[in-house]
Amino acid sequence: MSEKPQFSVLDRPNSYIGRSVPRPNARRLLAGRGQYPTDVSLPRMVQVAFARSPFAHARITSVDTEAARQAPGVVGVFTGEDIAKVCQPWIGTLDHFAGMKSAPQYPLARDVVRWQGEPVVAVVAQTRALAEDALEMLLIDYEELPAVTDPETALDPETPLIHPDLGDNLVFSSKVDSGDIDSAFAEADLVVEDEFHFGRHTGVTLEPRVVVADYDPSEERLTAYHGTQTPYQMQDVYARHLGLAEENVRVMVKDIGGAFGIKLHVHGEEMTTCALSIMLKRPVKWTADRLESFASDIHARDHRVRARLALTKEGRILGYDVDDLTGVGAYSVYPRTSVVEGNQVIKLVGAPYTQQHYRAALKVVLQNKNVMSQYRAVGHPIAFAVTEALVDKAAAELGLDPLDLRALNYVSDDAYPYKTASGFTYEGLSLQRSLEKLKDMIDYQGLREEQSELRKKGIYRGIGIGTFVEITAPGAAFYGVGGARISSQDGCSMKLEPSGKVQLAVSINELGQGTETIVAQIAATELGITMEDISVVTGDTGATPYGGAAWASRAAAIGGEATLRAARALRESILEVAGVTLQSSPSELDLRDGFVVSSEDGEERISLAEVGRIAYFRSDTLPPGFQPQLSVVRHYSPQGLPFAFTNGVHASYVEVDGDTGLVRLLKHWVVEDCGRVLNPKLVDEQARGGVAQGIGMALFEECLYSSDGQLTNGSLADYLVPLSSELPDIEVAHIETPSLSSEIGAKGAGEAGTAASPAAIMNAVNDAIAPLGGRITAMPMTPERILRSLKRI
Amino acid sequence: MSDTNHELNLTVNGERVSCRVSPRLSLADFLREELHLTGTHVGCEQGACGACTVRYNGDQIRACLMYAVQAEGAEVETVEGITESGELASMQDAFHRNNALQCGFCTPGMLIAAAELLKYNPNPDREQIRAGISGNYCRCTGYHAIVDAVAETCRGGTKETAE
Repeated sequence: MSEKPQFSVLDRPNSYIGRSVPRPNARRLLAGRGQYPTDVSLPRMVQVAFARSPFAHARITSVDTEAARQAPGVVGVFTGEDIAKVCQPWIGTLDHFAGMKSAPQYPLARDVVRWQGEPVVAVVAQTRALAEDALEMLLIDYEELPAVTDPETALDPETPLIHPDLGDNLVFSSKVDSGDIDSAFAEADLVVEDEFHFGRHTGVTLEPRVVVADYDPSEERLTAYHGTQTPYQMQDVYARHLGLAEENVRVMVKDIGGAFGIKLHVHGEEMTTCALSIMLKRPVKWTADRLESFASDIHARDHRVRARLALTKEGRILGYDVDDLTGVGAYSVYPRTSVVEGNQVIKLVGAPYTQQHYRAALKVVLQNKNVMSQYRAVGHPIAFAVTEALVDKAAAELGLDPLDLRALNYVSDDAYPYKTASGFTYEGLSLQRSLEKLKDMIDYQGLREEQSELRKKGIYRGIGIGTFVEITAPGAAFYGVGGARISSQDGCSMKLEPSGKVQLAVSINELGQGTETIVAQIAATELGITMEDISVVTGDTGATPYGGAAWASRAAAIGGEATLRAARALRESILEVAGVTLQSSPSELDLRDGFVVSSEDGEERISLAEVGRIAYFRSDTLPPGFQPQLSVVRHYSPQGLPFAFTNGVHASYVEVDGDTGLVRLLKHWVVEDCGRVLNPKLVDEQARGGVAQGIGMALFEECLYSSDGQLTNGSLADYLVPLSSELPDIEVAHIETPSLSSEIGAKGAGEAGTAASPAAIMNAVNDAIAPLGGRITAMPMTPERILRSLKRI
Repeated sequence: MSDTNHELNLTVNGERVSCRVSPRLSLADFLREELHLTGTHVGCEQGACGACTVRYNGDQIRACLMYAVQAEGAEVETVEGITESGELASMQDAFHRNNALQCGFCTPGMLIAAAELLKYNPNPDREQIRAGISGNYCRCTGYHAIVDAVAETCRGGTKETAE
């Protein structure tokens, strides 16, 4: 716990904390002045396009590049063998996932292709169009191999091996077993169970993946303008796999057109593009087109979960028993692996409830499909859809109101710290208060009455609840201990400019979620200046301290605290200079409104601009031996508990047309507790955007594969992303249980919207169709699936 | 494959442009790559996402679905030009106040689509706003704040007057 500061940043005069300040940097984007990596163009730059495997599984028998090399504008044609000479392969495993295995993955396939869409040959040409022309002239022969697509049979002895060297198609298996689950089920008054299916879907960042790699052989330096949410991780990966000195690799990303977890994985195309820049000694650009995005951006969520829940007749939850099977494609993704989602599912089922007994088993298997890995809210939407569907089913069987059953079983608000059956320790949650707040917000009784009135008229509406407990802001336990060079700390450097204004550079980056705004809010508050007097630099490994950047809802919690500490250090430095100049003790001085003032009476003593002028230009007037230090750096890493936990509860109100199977979303509500709310508007918008992606999962989005592993809907016309006309208004309310382990008290807000919106919507749909005899446990809940559940087709 | 370039004369954001372009170059790529008007974004290249929405002779179109050579003699406006003219300043302000954008990639197209809606229906309700911008994908916001911002724009500005 941090030492109690003289002034908490939270209660300083004119504090920006807790205020809905608009994002200063959004002005640029509104004017079309964004600087996205797709906009980057450099002198002598050439473009690369990839020939991709047309088969899910095949041996490459020959590659004839001769005609393509002769095509107009072509600079070079490169096979997997060529790129392998420059770029080392990677293996997507981590040590703390005991027994996990995966095969070496090369940037471009060598010998065998293992998913349809895997890149095979790179063609570099003056323009993308000329490169694509030349792709047509490649002659690549394949010998098709049987495709493994169904996770249920992936481990059968007769199933072909995707990587024969691994011995089987199993990536990882894990178990959680706590209490005495067999006795709990034997003694239970009620057991409810279901099998759930969650379709594969993907992030669909509106700006596709892109990198412009610029290698300068004279200094052996690589600059990558890369659409990534983890610049430092990529600096490390590029350096190690391309044989460059880490300090000579610079990764820059100013604006980025959506990330959502898609843009923190290592994909072969970006590695190839950087290798090509080294080989060609000139800038090379790759931009995914939309089909390439669908075929090669990581996918997520392909899970089959069997689960059962044991309760007493009073409705006390005894325990969950869960079996999760997930197919993750042809490789475990580097460097975060493809087992984290399943691993979170088996730890999070039942997380809001005081279950004494818990058992969960996970199997992660390979498939001849595109790779899967972490996407927004990793595992949570699956775990809570399962958890909450069974709670509703039990409530119906027991004749209890589903909200009452939840209230009865939630970990109570005064029970913290609380250790769960799956081994987590919660520092402090607000499940009961959240549900109470939600109840008021949605006028629960009113909705139930309306629902019952409308049913008499043949209109089927449903109310669904989805509770979540969310893992945020992880420490080194998440990746670092497993050997991944992914930082769990962040850093902020800050300097007083001679003008008395402040520039800061921070390792958490801006994805549109408002990072640059909240760090300015924090620094301005601590330094007693306006946000307008702060300039923020992010997204450049050459200009900011080293850090973990933006993932797992960590930016505000970790980078925000680092910023607060840097601002405090700068404040002390400024007061020290002012103290020397004014012959006062720094303890008698304070910073307010751009001035050093007497803390006693607020009298203005000297402006920050004057402090800057003296320190930088008139050091001759300072006492001998005194050296002003008006640039500072502070780092912060969470210590103690391995993660922060947030919580909240969603409600969904829907109407289902029993004849068409169409679901109309009428309204969605979220009560969330992300710890200290630094900027309520920005938290609202994280929740809303997250809900929209959860709605996509629940109702629309699925990467559809044929039985032989062909992706059949790789376009934005065929893959359904939620549109404005399909989404409801989304109301958001906050409860604040600040983290005790940092002064800033923020825990993380990026994924709460996605974590339990699918749970709420599935429960709402089932509530609506229950009178029609339907029940659905597969997502997305398409009209076809709903009609099947109603036995209409 | 090698194609003869065609002469193209048009007006973009009020400036006359004359150049030679490949007949297969899309209007979106022409704006971005030849004129460096990178405010027009490309998200799908098949007319689904709306990120490339620009004005063509006063009406919104998908710049990815048109060849540059088809714009001969036309007047094209992009987000840069519309910002410069100040025409959408109040809507841009409302987007800013409501945080109706996150990554901002859809925003130029969204602004043009919303302006088109208000041209034909100056006082739409929320459902009409949702319908009016339904051709433009936003992956970040969930649309609620965009609807708020457009509603606020037609009610004449500030949040207070909108509520």
